Amino acid sequence: MKIKRIGVAAIALAAAGALALSGCSTSSEPAAPEGDSTAIITTNGSEPQNPLIPTNTNETGGGKILDSIFAGLIYYDAEGKPVNDMAESIETEDSQTYTITIKEGQEFTNGEPVTAESFVKAWNYGAALDNAQLSSYFFESIEGFSYDENVDEMSGLEVIDERTFEVTLKQPESDFPLRLGYSAYYPLPEAAWEDLEAFGENPIGNGPYKLAEEGAWKHNERIDLVKNEDYQGGRQAANGGLEIIFYATQDAAYADLQGGNLDIIDAIPDSALATYEDEFGDRSVNQAAAIFQSFVIPDRLPHFGGEEGKLRRAAISHAINREEITDVIFSGTRTPAKDFTSPVIDGYSEDIPGAEVLEYDPERAVELWEEANALSPWEGSFQIGYNADGGHQAWVDAVANQIKNELGIDATGAPYPTFAEFRTSITDRAIQTAFRTGWQADYPSLSNFLAPLYQTGAGSNDGDYSNPEFDQLMADGLGATDVEEGIEKFQQAQEILFEDLPAIPLWYSTVNGAWGEQVENVEFGWNSVPLYYQVTKSEE
Amino acid sequence: MAGYILRRLLQAIPVLLGTTFLIYFMVFAMPGDPIVALFGEKTPPPQVLEAVRERYNLDKPFIVQYLLFLGGIFQGDLGISFSGEPVSDILARTFPVTLRLALLSTLFLMVGGILIGLISGLRKGGIFDASALVVSLILISLPIFVIGFVAQFVFAIQLGWFRTTVGPGAPWGDLVLPAIVLAAGSFAQIVRLTRSSVIETDGQDFVRTAASKGLSRRRIVPVHILRNSLIPVVTYLAVDFGVLMVGATVTEGIFNVPGVGNTLYQAIIRGEGPTVVSFVTVMVLIYLVVNLLVDLLYAVLDPRIRYAK
Repeated sequence: MKIKRIGVAAIALAAAGALALSGCSTSSEPAAPEGDSTAIITTNGSEPQNPLIPTNTNETGGGKILDSIFAGLIYYDAEGKPVNDMAESIETEDSQTYTITIKEGQEFTNGEPVTAESFVKAWNYGAALDNAQLSSYFFESIEGFSYDENVDEMSGLEVIDERTFEVTLKQPESDFPLRLGYSAYYPLPEAAWEDLEAFGENPIGNGPYKLAEEGAWKHNERIDLVKNEDYQGGRQAANGGLEIIFYATQDAAYADLQGGNLDIIDAIPDSALATYEDEFGDRSVNQAAAIFQSFVIPDRLPHFGGEEGKLRRAAISHAINREEITDVIFSGTRTPAKDFTSPVIDGYSEDIPGAEVLEYDPERAVELWEEANALSPWEGSFQIGYNADGGHQAWVDAVANQIKNELGIDATGAPYPTFAEFRTSITDRAIQTAFRTGWQADYPSLSNFLAPLYQTGAGSNDGDYSNPEFDQLMADGLGATDVEEGIEKFQQAQEILFEDLPAIPLWYSTVNGAWGEQVENVEFGWNSVPLYYQVTKSEE
Repeated sequence: MAGYILRRLLQAIPVLLGTTFLIYFMVFAMPGDPIVALFGEKTPPPQVLEAVRERYNLDKPFIVQYLLFLGGIFQGDLGISFSGEPVSDILARTFPVTLRLALLSTLFLMVGGILIGLISGLRKGGIFDASALVVSLILISLPIFVIGFVAQFVFAIQLGWFRTTVGPGAPWGDLVLPAIVLAAGSFAQIVRLTRSSVIETDGQDFVRTAASKGLSRRRIVPVHILRNSLIPVVTYLAVDFGVLMVGATVTEGIFNVPGVGNTLYQAIIRGEGPTVVSFVTVMVLIYLVVNLLVDLLYAVLDPRIRYAK
């Protein structure tokens, strides 16, 4: 899922002034633990960038709303473990053909039953090339899917009866069931097909919440959701509703939390990162998120191919002091990377053989660099490309400086004015420098951090990395019928990545949030979004 | 007079056509593919990219895109944003909010700035004058986001006099604090302009004549001095109103005002051609109308001014 970028104003000065004053702003009244089951929870969000159609929403602004008003076959609990939601069972014997049965008596909020057809139709729509859905690639592993021609009905989806359907994949993929909690796989009611445009404005779902009324989505302002009393899954709302207010800047949301106009925020502005934990104490969170940050040095750059490239990548990795940057620049709101995935994912390990390459070791760095120079002497400068509209300058400059100082070479950041320009030059392979990349998992699985990024020819393999050994291990892992066995293969695949360093791991983002004393039971999910349904609020 | 207005309005047509063309071209020529950016850090398959581009007509050559857009305008269709909302709806939603904000802000400027400038000018060199100059100097040297954040922190969060951000529907009451912050930026100019203009007018012959023919100061100040001092001030206020109408992105961001500045900023970042061009077109219109009104106001303020036939 794409992280919504927010306009970053130059606000450090003002923030410093505000922070000096903020020490005296707390009140010490203890919150009553009594929750009111009709209370409305207010929280921050951002204007969805697309109509609210599950297969056409790939950013967090719309995702937060869809996750509240729809229920998929499964959902993820706070630890990212899958729990059946609409599904009664998802069964397979070979990790390639799955039989999915839906619970009886599930309904959309317009009274329509949730059937096998509700899923199959929605998936076929999302996959068809002519519909140009942003999340179409989620269906690419289903048999019959094609990027080259329009397919109205994929051969891999078969409705068996009212509540059962069968999914056949192109090849075995053991983590397929794990994906099914992602928004692209939500079902749609028949009513959606009458006029999908209009439906995207006033979606009808089957989740823990529903739109408060026609037109509850007030563009650029807010969306009002109320509890869906008919929802029977495990995410039943303990509160009366959810009001998501759209903010153009995180500073405004933070001010509203301080001013008591907002119950929960799941993002802290840069200006408050160093202080929010002191201000909100145990009503704040700073925990690892499923977001992996790195930079890629493509093979095609001069001096970065073959054996020489391997040595140079390892040298650069050793030259970066990740601890120092995460402390000084990010005030501890990033965690130095120890692998290519994220600590919140099942199967994460800090001790994968080869992970030493991530340790700061200037001597080893110089040694490796000299070895590479023996193969072919270094010339030119080393640059890291980034988009200047995303607040990346500080860390890119810091990393470049460390490389420059430790290796004694010329290293700088190479800013692109906008995200669009930056991503376009990466997609077109026009970029002639190293470049930053970030990856937020769509579903809690190790393979989601590896396959789309480093497999030969994979969609987001922006550095065109290719290693048959890695591909084989990934295929083995995905084909495994046993979860543990799959994890083991994925770990082995990462060992290869540590040798080749197709991307230089930097750190994991953390989720930074805070809430007011009027709310209780606030917990953040694996995907950094609060589990709103379990929050209780006492009316003052 | 009517002929003058008509001629000015006719002049507006080529200006509007020219600006839409220029802006459309600039958005089109902006480096980077907005559709690629829609996918975030993920790299979509080229076929999907092509299909999405087609949906927004972005696969067609520039001139075709522009003509399609222009054709739409004449049918009252300004296109749709990436989020599927008609651009006309976005305009109808955001401009009233920004208009309220700009009106309030201008009101504060007129009442506060002109009054203080007038008193300063009449008591040149006094304590009031000196302190007004110092205060306006401080305000003019502070960037607007500093004023905004401090005002929000002190008056909304600490004292609780105002809502921290603008609430649903952006009611007038919630817009008071952002309007004051916005006004603070131009406050110094208005005070100083009024002050120097008042000082100059005060020294004019007709003021001395008025005094010598026995008119009271109470009558001289508003009728002779103030009225004649207002021409540069009104010009500035009008231009400033135009600036406020086209959006105060920083202030709107701080107070989360769902107005023009915020929306346009997002649209530019996303490369949404139709939204950007429609907004800018309306802005140009506003500028033209405001400037026309100012020119007409001159005649009211100074009867010596006549409009060429």
